[in-house]
Amino acid sequence: MKKFNKTLRNVVVSFATLILVWQLVYSCCHYSPALFPSPASAGSALVETFQNGVMTRNIATSLARFAVGYVAAVVLAVALGLVLGLTPRVFQFVNPIVQLLRPISPMAWAPFIVLWFGIGDVPAIVVVFIAAFFPVLLSTVAAVVNIDPIYFRVSRNFGVRQPKLLWKVVLPAAFPQIANGIHLALGTAWVFLAAGEMNGVQSGLGYMIVDARNTFRTDVLLATIVVIGVLGLALDGAIRLAERIALKGWGGVEE
Amino acid sequence: MNYIELSHATKTFKKADGTRFAAFEDVSFGIERGEFVCVLGPSGCGKSALLNAIAGFSLVTSGSVKIGGEEVKEPSPKRVMIFQNYGLLPWRTVLKNVELGLEERKIPKEERRAIAEKYVEIVGLSAFKDERPRRLSGGMQQRVSIARALAVDPEVVFMDEPFAALDAITRMKLQDDVLKLSREEKKTVVFVTHDVGEAVYLADRILILSPNPGRLKSVVNVTIGREFRDRSSADFFQLQKQVFELFEGKATENPVEYYI
Ligand SMILES: Nc1ncnc2c1ncn2[C@@H]1O[C@H](COP(=O)(O)OP(=O)(O)OP(=O)(O)O)[C@@H](O)[C@H]1O
Ligand SMILES: [Mg+2]
Repeated sequence: MKKFNKTLRNVVVSFATLILVWQLVYSCCHYSPALFPSPASAGSALVETFQNGVMTRNIATSLARFAVGYVAAVVLAVALGLVLGLTPRVFQFVNPIVQLLRPISPMAWAPFIVLWFGIGDVPAIVVVFIAAFFPVLLSTVAAVVNIDPIYFRVSRNFGVRQPKLLWKVVLPAAFPQIANGIHLALGTAWVFLAAGEMNGVQSGLGYMIVDARNTFRTDVLLATIVVIGVLGLALDGAIRLAERIALKGWGGVEE
Repeated sequence: MNYIELSHATKTFKKADGTRFAAFEDVSFGIERGEFVCVLGPSGCGKSALLNAIAGFSLVTSGSVKIGGEEVKEPSPKRVMIFQNYGLLPWRTVLKNVELGLEERKIPKEERRAIAEKYVEIVGLSAFKDERPRRLSGGMQQRVSIARALAVDPEVVFMDEPFAALDAITRMKLQDDVLKLSREEKKTVVFVTHDVGEAVYLADRILILSPNPGRLKSVVNVTIGREFRDRSSADFFQLQKQVFELFEGKATENPVEYYI
Protein backbone atom coordinates (compact mmCIF):
# COMPACT_ATOMS: atom_id res chain seq x y z
CA MET A 1 0.00 0.00 0.00
CA LYS A 2 2.84 2.33 0.86
CA LYS A 3 4.49 1.48 -2.43
CA PHE A 4 1.24 2.14 -4.25
CA ASN A 5 0.90 5.59 -2.64
CA LYS A 6 4.41 6.44 -3.66
CA THR A 7 3.78 5.37 -7.25
CA LEU A 8 0.57 7.39 -7.30
CA ARG A 9 2.43 10.44 -6.01
CA ASN A 10 5.09 10.08 -8.71
CA VAL A 11 2.47 9.78 -11.42
CA VAL A 12 0.56 12.84 -10.20
CA VAL A 13 3.70 14.96 -9.89
CA SER A 14 4.96 13.92 -13.29
CA PHE A 15 1.72 14.65 -15.13
CA ALA A 16 1.13 17.89 -13.27
CA THR A 17 4.59 19.07 -14.34
CA LEU A 18 3.94 18.10 -17.94
CA ILE A 19 0.66 20.03 -18.04
CA LEU A 20 2.27 22.99 -16.31
CA VAL A 21 5.11 23.20 -18.83
CA TRP A 22 2.64 22.82 -21.65
CA GLN A 23 0.53 25.68 -20.24
CA LEU A 24 3.63 27.86 -19.77
CA VAL A 25 4.79 27.31 -23.35
CA TYR A 26 1.29 28.07 -24.52
CA SER A 27 1.00 31.26 -22.44
CA CYS A 28 4.32 32.83 -23.24
CA CYS A 29 4.93 31.83 -26.86
CA HIS A 30 1.62 32.99 -28.35
CA TYR A 31 1.32 30.29 -30.98
CA SER A 32 -1.93 30.18 -32.83
CA PRO A 33 -4.34 27.99 -30.84
CA ALA A 34 -5.06 26.11 -34.09
CA LEU A 35 -1.42 25.02 -34.25
CA PHE A 36 -0.79 24.56 -30.56
CA PRO A 37 -3.84 23.96 -28.41
CA SER A 38 -3.80 24.76 -24.73
CA PRO A 39 -4.28 22.06 -22.07
CA ALA A 40 -7.69 23.54 -21.37
CA SER A 41 -8.89 23.32 -24.97
CA ALA A 42 -7.55 19.78 -25.33
CA GLY A 43 -9.34 18.97 -22.08
CA SER A 44 -12.61 20.39 -23.27
CA ALA A 45 -12.24 18.56 -26.60
CA LEU A 46 -11.78 15.40 -24.58
CA VAL A 47 -14.96 16.07 -22.62
CA GLU A 48 -16.83 17.02 -25.79
CA THR A 49 -15.85 13.88 -27.72
CA PHE A 50 -16.77 11.70 -24.80
CA GLN A 51 -20.09 13.47 -24.31
CA ASN A 52 -21.17 13.23 -27.92
CA GLY A 53 -20.14 9.55 -27.95
CA VAL A 54 -17.59 9.88 -30.76
CA MET A 55 -14.63 9.00 -28.56
CA THR A 56 -16.35 6.12 -26.79
CA ARG A 57 -17.45 4.60 -30.08
CA ASN A 58 -14.01 4.89 -31.63
CA ILE A 59 -12.30 3.50 -28.54
CA ALA A 60 -14.60 0.48 -28.65
CA THR A 61 -13.94 -0.02 -32.36
CA SER A 62 -10.17 0.28 -31.95
CA LEU A 63 -10.03 -2.02 -28.94
CA ALA A 64 -12.10 -4.65 -30.74
CA ARG A 65 -9.77 -4.57 -33.77
CA PHE A 66 -6.75 -4.64 -31.54
CA ALA A 67 -8.07 -7.62 -29.58
CA VAL A 68 -8.77 -9.63 -32.72
CA GLY A 69 -5.40 -8.92 -34.36
CA TYR A 70 -3.36 -9.32 -31.21
CA VAL A 71 -5.03 -12.48 -29.92
CA ALA A 72 -4.86 -14.12 -33.37
CA ALA A 73 -1.16 -13.23 -33.62
CA VAL A 74 -0.40 -14.56 -30.15
CA VAL A 75 -2.25 -17.85 -30.68
CA LEU A 76 -0.72 -18.52 -34.10
CA ALA A 77 2.77 -17.35 -33.18
CA VAL A 78 2.88 -19.45 -30.00
CA ALA A 79 1.59 -22.53 -31.84
CA LEU A 80 4.04 -22.10 -34.71
CA GLY A 81 6.84 -21.18 -32.32
CA LEU A 82 6.34 -24.40 -30.33
CA VAL A 83 6.51 -26.47 -33.50
CA LEU A 84 9.56 -24.66 -34.85
CA GLY A 85 11.29 -24.71 -31.47
CA LEU A 86 10.88 -28.49 -31.33
CA THR A 87 12.10 -28.97 -34.91
CA PRO A 88 15.37 -27.02 -35.18
CA ARG A 89 16.02 -28.60 -38.58
CA VAL A 90 12.93 -26.94 -39.96
CA PHE A 91 13.55 -23.71 -38.12
CA GLN A 92 16.98 -23.25 -39.65
CA PHE A 93 15.24 -22.89 -43.01
CA VAL A 94 12.38 -20.77 -41.74
CA ASN A 95 14.60 -18.47 -39.70
CA PRO A 96 16.17 -16.55 -42.64
CA ILE A 97 12.68 -15.70 -43.92
CA VAL A 98 11.57 -14.58 -40.47
CA GLN A 99 14.69 -12.46 -40.08
CA LEU A 100 13.98 -10.85 -43.46
CA LEU A 101 10.34 -10.09 -42.69
CA ARG A 102 10.77 -8.99 -39.11
CA PRO A 103 12.48 -5.61 -39.66
CA ILE A 104 9.85 -4.51 -42.19
CA SER A 105 7.43 -2.10 -40.59
CA PRO A 106 3.89 -3.47 -40.70
CA MET A 107 2.95 -0.13 -42.29
CA ALA A 108 5.07 -0.92 -45.33
CA TRP A 109 2.55 -3.62 -46.13
CA ALA A 110 -0.37 -1.21 -45.77
CA PRO A 111 -0.92 -0.60 -49.51
CA PHE A 112 -0.96 -4.33 -50.20
CA ILE A 113 -3.14 -4.97 -47.21
CA VAL A 114 -5.74 -2.53 -48.50
CA LEU A 115 -5.49 -4.03 -51.98
CA TRP A 116 -5.89 -7.56 -50.71
CA PHE A 117 -8.26 -7.12 -47.82
CA GLY A 118 -10.21 -4.10 -49.01
CA ILE A 119 -11.42 -1.47 -46.61
CA GLY A 120 -13.07 -1.91 -43.25
CA ASP A 121 -11.81 -3.54 -40.08
CA VAL A 122 -9.47 -6.05 -41.68
CA PRO A 123 -6.52 -3.82 -42.71
CA ALA A 124 -6.07 -2.46 -39.17
CA ILE A 125 -6.38 -5.98 -37.74
CA VAL A 126 -3.75 -7.27 -40.17
CA VAL A 127 -1.33 -4.48 -39.25
CA VAL A 128 -1.73 -5.29 -35.54
CA PHE A 129 -1.34 -8.97 -36.35
CA ILE A 130 1.96 -8.44 -38.21
CA ALA A 131 3.28 -6.17 -35.47
CA ALA A 132 2.62 -8.75 -32.74
CA PHE A 133 3.34 -11.92 -34.67
CA PHE A 134 7.12 -11.84 -35.12
CA PRO A 135 8.16 -10.89 -31.58
CA VAL A 136 5.92 -13.60 -30.13
CA LEU A 137 7.09 -16.17 -32.67
CA LEU A 138 10.77 -15.53 -32.03
CA SER A 139 10.47 -15.44 -28.26
CA THR A 140 8.50 -18.70 -28.32
CA VAL A 141 11.10 -20.43 -30.48
CA ALA A 142 13.89 -19.14 -28.23
CA ALA A 143 11.96 -20.24 -25.14
CA VAL A 144 11.55 -23.78 -26.45
CA VAL A 145 15.15 -24.05 -27.64
CA ASN A 146 16.37 -22.90 -24.22
CA ILE A 147 14.43 -25.49 -22.24
CA ASP A 148 16.78 -27.29 -19.88
CA PRO A 149 17.40 -30.70 -21.53
CA ILE A 150 17.11 -32.39 -18.15
CA TYR A 151 13.31 -31.92 -18.29
CA PHE A 152 13.24 -33.94 -21.49
CA ARG A 153 15.47 -36.65 -20.06
CA VAL A 154 13.34 -36.96 -16.94
CA SER A 155 10.08 -37.10 -18.86
CA ARG A 156 11.53 -39.60 -21.32
CA ASN A 157 12.64 -41.74 -18.41
CA PHE A 158 9.12 -41.75 -16.99
CA GLY A 159 7.62 -42.55 -20.38
CA VAL A 160 6.02 -39.17 -21.13
CA ARG A 161 5.69 -38.92 -24.92
CA GLN A 162 4.27 -36.53 -27.47
CA PRO A 163 1.64 -35.13 -27.59
CA LYS A 164 1.50 -35.19 -23.78
CA LEU A 165 5.07 -33.98 -23.62
CA LEU A 166 3.96 -30.73 -25.26
CA TRP A 167 1.54 -29.63 -22.58
CA LYS A 168 3.19 -31.39 -19.67
CA VAL A 169 6.73 -30.23 -20.26
CA VAL A 170 7.38 -28.02 -23.29
CA LEU A 171 4.67 -25.46 -22.72
CA PRO A 172 5.17 -25.02 -18.96
CA ALA A 173 8.95 -25.04 -19.25
CA ALA A 174 8.88 -22.35 -21.93
CA PHE A 175 6.05 -20.42 -20.34
CA PRO A 176 7.89 -17.61 -18.52
CA GLN A 177 9.83 -16.58 -21.61
CA ILE A 178 6.76 -16.88 -23.86
CA ALA A 179 4.76 -14.74 -21.44
CA ASN A 180 7.46 -12.10 -21.58
CA GLY A 181 7.36 -12.10 -25.40
CA ILE A 182 3.57 -11.78 -25.37
CA HIS A 183 3.87 -8.84 -23.00
CA LEU A 184 6.47 -7.00 -25.10
CA ALA A 185 4.51 -7.60 -28.30
CA LEU A 186 1.47 -5.87 -26.80
CA GLY A 187 3.21 -2.52 -26.71
CA THR A 188 4.55 -2.88 -30.24
CA ALA A 189 1.17 -3.88 -31.60
CA TRP A 190 -0.59 -0.99 -29.86
CA VAL A 191 1.83 1.48 -31.45
CA PHE A 192 0.83 0.21 -34.87
CA LEU A 193 -2.91 0.12 -34.26
CA ALA A 194 -3.43 3.87 -34.71
CA ALA A 195 -1.19 3.85 -37.79
CA GLY A 196 -3.12 0.92 -39.20
CA GLU A 197 -6.37 2.83 -38.82
CA MET A 198 -5.18 5.71 -40.95
CA ASN A 199 -5.80 3.73 -44.14
CA GLY A 200 -8.97 2.26 -45.47
CA VAL A 201 -11.23 2.84 -42.48
CA GLN A 202 -13.71 5.46 -41.35
CA SER A 203 -13.61 4.68 -37.64
CA GLY A 204 -11.26 4.07 -34.75
CA LEU A 205 -8.71 6.22 -32.95
CA GLY A 206 -6.34 6.33 -35.92
CA TYR A 207 -9.14 7.56 -38.13
CA MET A 208 -10.06 10.18 -35.52
CA ILE A 209 -6.56 11.59 -35.84
CA VAL A 210 -6.77 11.79 -39.61
CA ASP A 211 -10.25 13.30 -39.38
CA ALA A 212 -9.17 15.90 -36.80
CA ARG A 213 -6.29 16.89 -39.01
CA ASN A 214 -8.56 17.28 -42.04
CA THR A 215 -10.99 19.45 -40.09
CA PHE A 216 -8.24 21.46 -38.34
CA ARG A 217 -9.41 20.32 -34.92
CA THR A 218 -5.99 20.19 -33.28
CA ASP A 219 -7.66 20.12 -29.87
CA VAL A 220 -9.47 16.90 -30.78
CA LEU A 221 -6.25 15.58 -32.30
CA LEU A 222 -4.39 16.12 -29.08
CA ALA A 223 -7.23 14.68 -27.03
CA THR A 224 -7.11 11.53 -29.17
CA ILE A 225 -3.36 11.28 -28.76
CA VAL A 226 -3.80 11.45 -24.99
CA VAL A 227 -6.46 8.72 -25.12
CA ILE A 228 -4.18 6.46 -27.21
CA GLY A 229 -1.39 6.93 -24.67
CA VAL A 230 -3.58 6.29 -21.65
CA LEU A 231 -5.15 3.19 -23.21
CA GLY A 232 -1.70 1.84 -24.12
CA LEU A 233 -0.58 2.34 -20.54
CA ALA A 234 -3.71 0.67 -19.21
CA LEU A 235 -3.28 -2.33 -21.52
CA ASP A 236 0.32 -2.68 -20.47
CA GLY A 237 -0.67 -2.55 -16.81
CA ALA A 238 -3.35 -5.18 -17.39
CA ILE A 239 -1.04 -7.61 -19.15
CA ARG A 240 1.68 -7.02 -16.59
CA LEU A 241 -0.76 -7.99 -13.89
CA ALA A 242 -1.96 -11.01 -15.87
CA GLU A 243 1.64 -12.09 -16.40
CA ARG A 244 2.41 -11.78 -12.72
CA ILE A 245 -0.65 -13.80 -11.71
CA ALA A 246 0.09 -16.46 -14.33
CA LEU A 247 3.71 -16.77 -13.20
CA LYS A 248 2.59 -17.09 -9.61
CA GLY A 249 0.27 -19.93 -10.58
CA TRP A 250 3.09 -21.43 -12.62
CA GLY A 251 5.37 -21.61 -9.62
CA GLY A 252 7.05 -18.24 -9.46
CA VAL A 253 10.30 -17.26 -11.12
CA GLU A 254 11.23 -14.22 -9.10
CA GLU A 255 10.86 -13.78 -5.42
CA MET B 1 23.47 -65.07 -15.44
CA ASN B 2 23.73 -61.54 -14.12
CA TYR B 3 20.77 -59.21 -14.05
CA ILE B 4 22.73 -56.35 -15.62
CA GLU B 5 25.44 -57.52 -17.96
CA LEU B 6 27.97 -55.38 -19.80
CA SER B 7 30.32 -57.02 -22.24
CA HIS B 8 33.06 -55.14 -24.02
CA ALA B 9 30.96 -52.01 -23.77
CA THR B 10 32.59 -49.03 -25.48
CA LYS B 11 31.34 -45.51 -26.01
CA THR B 12 33.04 -43.19 -28.43
CA PHE B 13 32.23 -39.60 -29.25
CA LYS B 14 33.17 -37.58 -32.27
CA LYS B 15 35.28 -34.66 -31.22
CA ALA B 16 35.07 -31.20 -32.77
CA ASP B 17 38.16 -31.91 -34.88
CA GLY B 18 36.50 -35.01 -36.34
CA THR B 19 38.58 -37.61 -34.52
CA ARG B 20 36.87 -40.18 -32.33
CA PHE B 21 37.54 -40.47 -28.70
CA ALA B 22 36.43 -43.04 -26.14
CA ALA B 23 34.59 -41.99 -23.00
CA PHE B 24 34.93 -45.59 -21.83
CA GLU B 25 36.32 -48.66 -23.50
CA ASP B 26 35.93 -52.42 -23.31
CA VAL B 27 34.08 -52.42 -20.02
CA SER B 28 32.70 -55.80 -18.93
CA PHE B 29 31.00 -56.63 -15.67
CA GLY B 30 27.81 -58.00 -14.22
CA ILE B 31 25.46 -56.79 -11.51
CA GLU B 32 23.11 -59.05 -9.63
CA ARG B 33 19.55 -58.21 -8.77
CA GLY B 34 19.33 -56.26 -5.52
CA GLU B 35 22.99 -55.33 -5.51
CA PHE B 36 24.19 -51.87 -4.56
CA VAL B 37 27.07 -51.04 -6.87
CA CYS B 38 29.13 -47.88 -6.74
CA VAL B 39 31.07 -46.70 -9.76
CA LEU B 40 34.10 -44.79 -8.56
CA GLY B 41 36.60 -42.84 -10.60
CA PRO B 42 38.21 -39.46 -11.10
CA SER B 43 36.43 -36.69 -12.97
CA GLY B 44 36.17 -37.25 -16.71
CA CYS B 45 36.78 -41.01 -16.62
CA GLY B 46 33.42 -41.75 -18.21
CA LYS B 47 31.29 -42.55 -15.16
CA SER B 48 28.32 -40.55 -16.35
CA ALA B 49 28.72 -41.86 -19.90
CA LEU B 50 28.71 -45.41 -18.54
CA LEU B 51 25.62 -44.81 -16.41
CA ASN B 52 23.81 -43.18 -19.33
CA ALA B 53 24.62 -46.17 -21.48
CA ILE B 54 23.22 -48.62 -18.92
CA ALA B 55 20.15 -46.45 -18.38
CA GLY B 56 19.56 -46.19 -22.13
CA PHE B 57 19.94 -42.43 -22.52
CA SER B 58 23.02 -42.62 -24.72
CA LEU B 59 23.76 -46.06 -26.08
CA VAL B 60 27.11 -47.82 -26.36
CA THR B 61 28.83 -47.63 -29.73
CA SER B 62 30.11 -51.21 -29.49
CA GLY B 63 29.78 -54.14 -27.16
CA SER B 64 26.53 -54.76 -25.35
CA VAL B 65 24.51 -53.74 -22.33
CA LYS B 66 21.80 -56.14 -21.24
CA ILE B 67 19.31 -55.89 -18.43
CA GLY B 68 17.25 -58.98 -17.61
CA GLY B 69 18.65 -60.60 -20.74
CA GLU B 70 17.49 -57.84 -23.06
CA GLU B 71 19.65 -55.33 -24.87
CA VAL B 72 19.10 -51.80 -23.51
CA LYS B 73 17.80 -49.58 -26.31
CA GLU B 74 16.05 -46.72 -24.54
CA PRO B 75 15.23 -45.48 -21.06
CA SER B 76 12.33 -47.12 -19.30
CA PRO B 77 10.30 -46.28 -16.20
CA LYS B 78 11.50 -49.64 -14.86
CA ARG B 79 14.93 -48.06 -14.52
CA VAL B 80 14.92 -44.58 -13.13
CA MET B 81 17.80 -42.11 -13.13
CA ILE B 82 18.38 -39.63 -10.33
CA PHE B 83 20.45 -36.64 -11.36
CA GLN B 84 22.89 -34.49 -9.45
CA ASN B 85 20.77 -31.40 -10.11
CA TYR B 86 17.52 -33.19 -9.17
CA GLY B 87 15.62 -32.72 -12.45
CA LEU B 88 12.44 -31.56 -10.75
CA LEU B 89 9.83 -29.68 -12.74
CA PRO B 90 9.73 -26.23 -11.09
CA TRP B 91 6.13 -25.51 -12.14
CA ARG B 92 4.82 -28.59 -10.33
CA THR B 93 4.37 -28.97 -6.60
CA VAL B 94 6.31 -31.62 -4.72
CA LEU B 95 3.35 -33.98 -4.86
CA LYS B 96 2.74 -33.37 -8.57
CA ASN B 97 6.41 -34.00 -9.27
CA VAL B 98 6.16 -37.35 -7.54
CA GLU B 99 3.02 -38.12 -9.54
CA LEU B 100 4.76 -37.49 -12.87
CA GLY B 101 5.74 -41.08 -13.61
CA LEU B 102 2.46 -42.44 -12.23
CA GLU B 103 0.44 -40.32 -14.65
CA GLU B 104 1.64 -42.50 -17.50
CA ARG B 105 0.02 -45.53 -15.94
CA LYS B 106 -3.59 -46.43 -16.17
CA ILE B 107 -4.39 -46.00 -12.51
CA PRO B 108 -7.22 -43.93 -11.02
CA LYS B 109 -6.40 -40.43 -9.89
CA GLU B 110 -7.08 -41.08 -6.20
CA GLU B 111 -4.82 -44.10 -6.17
CA ARG B 112 -2.09 -42.17 -7.93
CA ARG B 113 -2.34 -39.43 -5.36
CA ALA B 114 -2.23 -41.96 -2.54
CA ILE B 115 0.94 -43.57 -3.89
CA ALA B 116 2.59 -40.17 -4.31
CA GLU B 117 1.61 -39.15 -0.78
CA LYS B 118 3.05 -42.36 0.56
CA TYR B 119 6.45 -41.74 -1.02
CA VAL B 120 6.50 -38.09 -0.05
CA GLU B 121 5.86 -39.31 3.47
CA ILE B 122 8.65 -41.91 3.23
CA VAL B 123 11.20 -39.22 2.37
CA GLY B 124 9.83 -37.07 5.19
CA LEU B 125 8.41 -34.20 3.16
CA SER B 126 4.69 -34.47 3.86
CA ALA B 127 4.70 -30.98 5.32
CA PHE B 128 6.03 -29.63 2.01
CA LYS B 129 3.93 -31.62 -0.43
CA ASP B 130 2.17 -28.55 -1.84
CA GLU B 131 5.30 -26.40 -2.15
CA ARG B 132 7.15 -25.74 -5.39
CA PRO B 133 10.63 -27.27 -5.53
CA ARG B 134 12.41 -23.92 -5.52
CA ARG B 135 11.15 -23.33 -2.00
CA LEU B 136 13.05 -26.39 -0.77
CA SER B 137 16.72 -26.85 0.10
CA GLY B 138 18.96 -28.91 -2.16
CA GLY B 139 18.75 -31.91 0.11
CA MET B 140 14.96 -31.74 0.22
CA GLN B 141 14.81 -31.42 -3.55
CA GLN B 142 16.91 -34.53 -3.95
CA ARG B 143 14.54 -36.32 -1.58
CA VAL B 144 11.65 -35.36 -3.85
CA SER B 145 13.50 -36.78 -6.79
CA ILE B 146 14.14 -40.01 -4.85
CA ALA B 147 10.45 -40.21 -3.93
CA ARG B 148 9.52 -39.66 -7.57
CA ALA B 149 11.82 -42.45 -8.67
CA LEU B 150 10.60 -44.93 -6.05
CA ALA B 151 6.94 -44.10 -6.69
CA VAL B 152 6.99 -45.89 -10.05
CA ASP B 153 8.45 -48.96 -8.33
CA PRO B 154 11.42 -49.37 -10.66
CA GLU B 155 13.67 -52.39 -10.72
CA VAL B 156 16.85 -50.36 -10.98
CA VAL B 157 17.73 -46.94 -9.65
CA PHE B 158 20.63 -45.10 -11.25
CA MET B 159 22.20 -42.23 -9.34
CA ASP B 160 24.78 -39.91 -10.86
CA GLU B 161 26.64 -38.14 -8.06
CA PRO B 162 23.28 -37.39 -6.47
CA PHE B 163 24.69 -35.81 -3.33
CA ALA B 164 27.70 -33.98 -4.78
CA ALA B 165 26.03 -30.59 -4.45
CA LEU B 166 24.99 -31.08 -0.83
CA ASP B 167 26.74 -30.22 2.43
CA ALA B 168 28.45 -33.01 4.39
CA ILE B 169 25.77 -33.46 7.05
CA THR B 170 22.91 -33.55 4.57
CA ARG B 171 24.90 -35.92 2.39
CA MET B 172 25.40 -38.39 5.25
CA LYS B 173 21.73 -38.24 6.15
CA LEU B 174 20.71 -38.93 2.56
CA GLN B 175 23.24 -41.75 2.25
CA ASP B 176 21.59 -43.43 5.21
CA ASP B 177 18.16 -42.90 3.71
CA VAL B 178 19.16 -44.29 0.34
CA LEU B 179 20.77 -47.29 1.96
CA LYS B 180 17.68 -47.99 4.03
CA LEU B 181 15.26 -47.45 1.15
CA SER B 182 17.20 -49.56 -1.32
CA ARG B 183 17.13 -52.42 1.13
CA GLU B 184 13.47 -52.02 2.11
CA GLU B 185 12.28 -51.59 -1.44
CA LYS B 186 14.70 -54.24 -2.75
CA LYS B 187 16.15 -52.16 -5.54
CA THR B 188 19.20 -52.70 -7.65
CA VAL B 189 21.21 -49.50 -7.39
CA VAL B 190 24.02 -48.25 -9.59
CA PHE B 191 25.51 -45.24 -7.91
CA VAL B 192 28.19 -43.03 -9.47
CA THR B 193 30.49 -41.07 -7.21
CA HIS B 194 34.01 -39.73 -7.01
CA ASP B 195 33.94 -39.80 -3.23
CA VAL B 196 35.80 -42.85 -1.86
CA GLY B 197 34.13 -42.60 1.56
CA GLU B 198 30.69 -42.52 0.00
CA ALA B 199 31.42 -45.58 -2.12
CA VAL B 200 32.80 -47.54 0.81
CA TYR B 201 29.84 -46.63 3.00
CA LEU B 202 27.18 -47.57 0.47
CA ALA B 203 28.38 -50.29 -1.82
CA ASP B 204 28.20 -54.04 -1.88
CA ARG B 205 30.65 -53.75 -4.70
CA ILE B 206 32.78 -50.90 -5.99
CA LEU B 207 33.80 -50.64 -9.63
CA ILE B 208 36.89 -48.49 -9.94
CA LEU B 209 37.44 -46.83 -13.30
CA SER B 210 40.67 -45.35 -14.58
CA PRO B 211 40.67 -42.40 -16.97
CA ASN B 212 41.74 -41.81 -20.58
CA PRO B 213 39.96 -43.75 -21.79
CA GLY B 214 37.64 -44.95 -19.03
CA ARG B 215 38.43 -48.56 -18.24
CA LEU B 216 37.43 -50.86 -15.45
CA LYS B 217 40.51 -51.02 -13.26
CA SER B 218 39.44 -53.04 -10.27
CA VAL B 219 36.38 -54.43 -8.56
CA VAL B 220 36.17 -54.30 -4.80
CA ASN B 221 33.77 -56.63 -3.02
CA VAL B 222 32.97 -55.05 0.30
CA THR B 223 32.48 -57.95 2.69
CA ILE B 224 31.38 -56.17 5.83
CA GLY B 225 27.61 -56.10 5.87
CA ARG B 226 25.86 -52.94 4.84
CA GLU B 227 23.95 -52.89 8.12
CA PHE B 228 26.97 -52.51 10.31
CA ARG B 229 29.14 -49.89 8.65
CA ASP B 230 30.24 -47.33 11.13
CA ARG B 231 31.84 -44.32 9.51
CA SER B 232 34.00 -43.65 12.56
CA SER B 233 35.25 -47.20 13.11
CA ALA B 234 38.85 -48.22 12.54
CA ASP B 235 37.74 -50.91 10.09
CA PHE B 236 35.98 -48.34 8.00
CA PHE B 237 39.07 -46.14 7.84
CA GLN B 238 41.17 -49.12 6.90
CA LEU B 239 38.74 -50.02 4.12
CA GLN B 240 38.64 -46.50 2.86
CA LYS B 241 42.42 -46.38 2.77
CA GLN B 242 42.62 -49.59 0.78
CA VAL B 243 40.09 -48.43 -1.77
CA PHE B 244 41.82 -45.11 -2.02
CA GLU B 245 45.10 -46.83 -2.83
CA LEU B 246 43.41 -48.84 -5.56
CA PHE B 247 41.82 -45.68 -6.83
CA GLU B 248 45.21 -43.97 -7.03
CA GLY B 249 47.13 -46.98 -8.26
CA LYS B 250 48.19 -47.83 -11.78
CA ALA B 251 45.83 -49.54 -14.16
CA THR B 252 46.53 -53.15 -15.03
CA GLU B 253 45.70 -55.05 -18.19
CA ASN B 254 42.72 -56.88 -16.70
CA PRO B 255 40.49 -55.69 -13.91
CA VAL B 256 41.58 -57.12 -10.59
CA GLU B 257 39.05 -58.34 -8.11
CA TYR B 258 39.46 -57.73 -4.39
CA TYR B 259 37.57 -58.80 -1.32
CA ILE B 260 37.88 -56.48 1.62
N1 LIG C 1 27.75 -36.02 -25.34
C1 LIG C 1 29.10 -36.01 -25.35
N2 LIG C 1 29.76 -35.62 -26.46
C2 LIG C 1 31.12 -35.63 -26.50
N3 LIG C 1 31.89 -35.96 -25.47
C3 LIG C 1 31.29 -36.34 -24.32
C4 LIG C 1 29.87 -36.38 -24.20
N4 LIG C 1 29.56 -36.80 -22.95
C5 LIG C 1 30.74 -37.01 -22.33
N5 LIG C 1 31.77 -36.74 -23.15
C6 LIG C 1 33.19 -36.89 -22.81
O1 LIG C 1 33.40 -38.15 -22.28
C7 LIG C 1 34.32 -38.10 -21.21
C8 LIG C 1 33.72 -38.74 -20.00
O2 LIG C 1 32.68 -37.90 -19.57
P1 LIG C 1 31.76 -38.24 -18.31
O3 LIG C 1 30.81 -37.12 -18.18
O4 LIG C 1 31.20 -39.58 -18.46
O5 LIG C 1 32.82 -38.21 -17.13
P2 LIG C 1 32.55 -38.37 -15.57
O6 LIG C 1 33.42 -39.47 -15.11
O7 LIG C 1 31.11 -38.48 -15.32
O8 LIG C 1 33.11 -37.03 -15.00
P3 LIG C 1 32.56 -36.15 -13.76
O9 LIG C 1 33.02 -36.82 -12.52
O10 LIG C 1 33.23 -34.85 -13.95
O11 LIG C 1 31.08 -36.09 -13.89
C9 LIG C 1 34.68 -36.65 -21.00
O12 LIG C 1 35.95 -36.43 -21.58
C10 LIG C 1 33.61 -35.92 -21.75
O13 LIG C 1 34.14 -34.73 -22.32
MG1 LIG D 1 29.64 -37.25 -14.40
